[in-house]
Amino acid sequence: MANTKPTLQPDKWIDNYADYLFNYAVVRVNDSDLAKDLVQDTFIAALKSAKNFQGKSTERTWLVSILKRKVIDYYRKINSKKGQAEVRMNFYVDGEQEGNWLEERVPQSWDNASEKAVENEELKDQLEACIDNLPEKYAMVFRMKTIQEFETEEICKELDITASNLWVIIHRARTQLRKCMEDNWFNS
Amino acid sequence: MFKFLFITCDEATMICDKSQYNEASLFEKIQLNIHFLRCDICRLYTKQNNKMSDLFRMKATDCQRKTMFI
Repeated sequence: MANTKPTLQPDKWIDNYADYLFNYAVVRVNDSDLAKDLVQDTFIAALKSAKNFQGKSTERTWLVSILKRKVIDYYRKINSKKGQAEVRMNFYVDGEQEGNWLEERVPQSWDNASEKAVENEELKDQLEACIDNLPEKYAMVFRMKTIQEFETEEICKELDITASNLWVIIHRARTQLRKCMEDNWFNS
Repeated sequence: MFKFLFITCDEATMICDKSQYNEASLFEKIQLNIHFLRCDICRLYTKQNNKMSDLFRMKATDCQRKTMFI
């Protein structure tokens, strides 16, 4: 950048940063329409608070930090909207059996696992369908951790959750995915 | 006295999930292995979990390949 102190050029934002911001958002929310909305919100919020831009960082960094906020806001929204009730439990939550497997959720052996684990499109589609079946916030955290391979610390920072929080989410997501794949793929 | 070594299936599978990302601590791994001694279900879960991880890894490389071409 030629200027020592960066200034904002909102008329060039779309050309310069729209794709970058879109990519940033889409790997986090995994929905291109939603990512477009978030980017749009980011530009609007940026325009509104343009006077607060102090030039301490580049334009892009500044825009990304706003977008990060938007992603957290979105995560909070789905977190409160979809209550815990939707999650199917795999373990007894109280009583004498607390922490033990619920009888109907006990893993079954996958007799045909080896022939079924062959890489093919159908398998990928089924996996995708199972992930989509998860409550939204589980799917989001799970995707970031497993598919996009973010570091634990990074996800915690970005979504403003604790590490143990994250592991509970991953754990529930994985047990549910296991069950879903068992029902729809391995033993079907 | 050794109660801290014994964990429930819920906790055991959680550690198992953690270790899929290589992020379980040594103590947790010890707890998990002691749990395996008396719980076949969780041992089966772990076996299947490894398989699931393979699937997820396949999916991950697939996704990364796709984004490279966008």
